Amino acid sequence: MRQSVRAKRSKGKNGFSPAVLPLILWTAVFVAIPLIYILGLSFLKRASTWGVELSFTLESYQQILDPQYLKVYGESLKMAFLTTLGTLALGYPFAYFTAKLKPKNRSVVLLMVMVPFWTNSLVRIYGWMILLRTQGVVNGLLIALGIIDTPLKLLYNFGAVLVGMIYALLPFMILAVYNSVEKLDWSLVEASRDLGASRWKAFWTVTVPMTLPGIMAGCVLVFVPSIGLFFISDLLGGGKTILLGNLIRNELLTARNWPMGAALSMVMMVMSLLILWLYRRVTGAKDMEGLV
Amino acid sequence: MEEQILSIEHISKSFGEVHALKDVSLQVRKGEFLTLLGPSGCGKTTTLRIIAGLETPDEGKVFLQGQDVTNWEPNKRNVNTVFQNYALFPHMNVAANIGYGLKLRKVPKGEISRRVEEMLQLVQLPGYDKRMPSQLSGGQRQRVAIARSLINNPAVLLLDEPLGALDLQLRRQMQGELKRLQKQLEITFIYITHDQEEALNMSDRIGVMNAGHIEQLDAPEEIYERPKTRFAAEFIGQSNIFSAVVRRACGDGTLVLDFAGGTILAKGEGTPGEQVTLSVRTERVRFGQSPAQGFDLQGTVQEHNYTGGLLRTTLLLPDGQTLTVSGMGGGTDRAQVGDQVQIHWNPACSVIVERGEIHAPERACETVQG
Repeated sequence: MRQSVRAKRSKGKNGFSPAVLPLILWTAVFVAIPLIYILGLSFLKRASTWGVELSFTLESYQQILDPQYLKVYGESLKMAFLTTLGTLALGYPFAYFTAKLKPKNRSVVLLMVMVPFWTNSLVRIYGWMILLRTQGVVNGLLIALGIIDTPLKLLYNFGAVLVGMIYALLPFMILAVYNSVEKLDWSLVEASRDLGASRWKAFWTVTVPMTLPGIMAGCVLVFVPSIGLFFISDLLGGGKTILLGNLIRNELLTARNWPMGAALSMVMMVMSLLILWLYRRVTGAKDMEGLV
Repeated sequence: MEEQILSIEHISKSFGEVHALKDVSLQVRKGEFLTLLGPSGCGKTTTLRIIAGLETPDEGKVFLQGQDVTNWEPNKRNVNTVFQNYALFPHMNVAANIGYGLKLRKVPKGEISRRVEEMLQLVQLPGYDKRMPSQLSGGQRQRVAIARSLINNPAVLLLDEPLGALDLQLRRQMQGELKRLQKQLEITFIYITHDQEEALNMSDRIGVMNAGHIEQLDAPEEIYERPKTRFAAEFIGQSNIFSAVVRRACGDGTLVLDFAGGTILAKGEGTPGEQVTLSVRTERVRFGQSPAQGFDLQGTVQEHNYTGGLLRTTLLLPDGQTLTVSGMGGGTDRAQVGDQVQIHWNPACSVIVERGEIHAPERACETVQG
């Protein structure tokens, strides 16, 4: 996705340099051709046994507006929105205070943020299952403290998936915001304080607007994948919370309805592009510099 | 005594191992233009930041209009700062930048735009209200930064090398404008610079700072003509700085000293045999064919350096030291290199900037014509 944006940018420039040829080839092979393949697939007819028939049909697109699917889109958007909000609420203060640390401590903290990337994400989500299940750590602790008598049902619901999503995508938000806060010219904040702004007022009138590119980049980096992630809702949602990503996987792998899966992928693509469009509108960015 | 508006008392501040300020005290009069002058790292910016409240002193107190504001937040203090890099808010246009302080005070919108308009007139940028800071030149940004601070009617305006980033011609022009604004609005300015010409030209008083303390606080003329320390003499203007030994003191405050095998005079106090360091401005030194004013000091013209307005002449003294003399350039009657000359100056122009150990008088009770 990000690569295709990049390619558009380099093609859009006047004057063709041979140096960009490898980039164009790379983009064509790994981005453009697969995308065209999926787009093509979505217009084909499902074969009765396996695969597709080579005949044009809009059947899949007629189905994507089915109320049941619409509900899933809504649920997905809600999940993505809340995930973005959650990562922002946790990630912004974290990134802000990290950027204010001494350089030595800063790199330690950033390393801690990166470490989870080096372990398998499935394993980490299983960790959450151990924490949240009925006989899990959280319930055990709450009962031991006498706060509750019977275990709470923490797993296999919308909340559990949301927690998992926020957990998995938080580093993206932190790194994006950190980048912005780290570049912030603190003399602007001082100027604002000097001119009569309280800490809080200076934060809202100077720090937030000045770090908006990082906030927006973080939101895009979290929102876009959170529409598609399916293994978290599989594991923590217990199959009850069906998101767009789950739907696509089911159509492709379980129902073996490739055209339908492809059409739903296009829906997801449109949602993602809408977010990118919003990003450009809000930040006024000419390119995706904040994102790549 | 004029009214005091700001007083800092025994301020000390360290950053880790670095002692930025050591026991600095300073009283600022209402409506004056006070400049802190010194090399970078001398603590002048730290002093300013402590006054603004952007830094808290380790020791000492800050009084503003009679109130102890040492622990006040910067937004509670009636002082404003013009930052070195201007620190204009890049996401706001000129009008929003200038009106920022009033908006925080919840001044009605119409009133804000009227005052912003006034300020733009004052800094001679009418019609620039809709521009963004990135569309302005350095000098224009400077004016906006000044307007943004002045709109709050601060009791004291702090300016941290505000002209540092401008080219020479614009700097001269802005110096004049700042001075005009200061007189017109009768606001107390505390101005920081490392440019001595700027300091001499604009200030009512100058505080010469070095290594975390104020070396001398005086009117520009006093600072220039009668530096109290070696640093002040060296940092401002061009001086000959040398050590001499007091021979005797005449009753009228004039000292007779031994220097480079000759006799010179200076104003000041001293005991016979005391070693002192003297400073004489290069343009105060005269030389000619015959001794004058009680001086008896010989020299040889070593070289001339023509610098346009000024001719800088190096004189070689009998003991190998040199004196630098600046005189008017362009004259045709300059002394030839190699000429023997007699050196003298007005005794009031040589001032003691440092005192050394006392030596036993070598030639006691010798009389010299004054």
